[in-house]
Amino acid sequence: MNEQSVDVDLTVNGMSYRAAVPPRWTLADFLRRTCGLTGTHLGCEHGVCGACTVLVDGASARSCCLLAAQVNGCEVITVEGIGTPEALHPLQESFHRNLGLQCGFCTPGMLMTAVELLADESADLSEDLVRERMSGNLCRCTGYQAIVRSVIEAAAGSGPES
Amino acid sequence: MKAAAFRYERVTTIDDACRLLAADEDAKCLAGGQSLVPMLSMRLARPSTLVDLGSLDQLRYIRASGDSVEVGAMTTQRTAERSPTIRNYIPLLATAIGHIGHVGIRNRGTVGGSAAHADASAEIPSALTALDAVLVAVGPSGVRREIPAAEFFCGFMTNALAPGEVLTAVRIPGREVLDRQAVVEFARRSGDFAICGIFVAARLESGTIADPRIVVSGVSRTPVRLPAAEGALTAEVPTPALFAKAAQLPLPVEHVRSDVHGSAAFRRELAQVLIRRALAGAFAITEDS
Repeated sequence: MNEQSVDVDLTVNGMSYRAAVPPRWTLADFLRRTCGLTGTHLGCEHGVCGACTVLVDGASARSCCLLAAQVNGCEVITVEGIGTPEALHPLQESFHRNLGLQCGFCTPGMLMTAVELLADESADLSEDLVRERMSGNLCRCTGYQAIVRSVIEAAAGSGPES
Repeated sequence: MKAAAFRYERVTTIDDACRLLAADEDAKCLAGGQSLVPMLSMRLARPSTLVDLGSLDQLRYIRASGDSVEVGAMTTQRTAERSPTIRNYIPLLATAIGHIGHVGIRNRGTVGGSAAHADASAEIPSALTALDAVLVAVGPSGVRREIPAAEFFCGFMTNALAPGEVLTAVRIPGREVLDRQAVVEFARRSGDFAICGIFVAARLESGTIADPRIVVSGVSRTPVRLPAAEGALTAEVPTPALFAKAAQLPLPVEHVRSDVHGSAAFRRELAQVLIRRALAGAFAITEDS
């Protein structure tokens, strides 16, 4: 079948990616298939679980709820862009230290939501605020307490010196 | 699941959008995508063509004039939620938008997109109904039409736009700020669509309630305005007993929704409880138990 192609040109984690893709490809599809960045996970593909969360032009977004074509020309940051195994992001360090993950499926989405949260209101993050702001990211493993602790500790900049 | 195939057109003028819509009755507008893209993925919607309005920067604005506030349809919910103009002049709208889903959704979702989607369980249609908003539509050749909210939300997920029309703005009239306002929603998970939501706004004049608005979301095919309850509150001193009296008036709809999330009876009861709480919140009066 001859499906239309749209040209999508994105900067992802600072690198340019360009491809002609079917219009119905979501941003998540583009990240995973064109960019090979499979850290962005697909949990529900209808916007309720948050596992696919990335940053688009600095603001969090559910990449399963955006067509790749919609964000043509934008700058995207995925979980692969916030830190490396050699140089973890402070949130990744904190999640590691506080057992903020078990299977890891929800974790990229948790991290990207938390990156925005810390940038928005890093002063005085109460547990209630963290719970509310992270409530769009669902986890089946941890029961959330360790995730909340991880975010609060990362925000406070506390924890052992690396 | 992946969406079914569709044609995609990104327009740079409102007129191009109108012409594409007028030419194909199965074409749909794409605004923020936060309602539509999940529906495409679940194959609940199978449009022939998507008309992407994302390049229409002329629809991203918030303007206050002497007697109204106008919000361009492509203004994101997050921008509207944080706008000092909206928070100062139409605080109910800012409060309502703050209840939409999660920040990630509000970063991309638009005011106009949510209005046009006309989901009776969503916040923006109910807030616009409470605020007597006027929805501005532009048709082919630039013909402009203004549709009052009560007419615009005319059925289940149905708006009153004519074929070929694009919603370009919402305008909220009013010289006096309705600063006594609250939104109370009931859902089983944070961010879920409300099983029942209450949107109240009013002001105080010499210690009595003036110009009250109450709308119920989630219980019928459209947002439900409560004129009898509004009448019961008008010119009265706000007290929990008054709130209870207003809350007990029957919902002015024949069809109350019954589904897996709750029976009609449950929704009616929820509405009463939430109306009391919303009024207590709006007037900062602790509810008697």
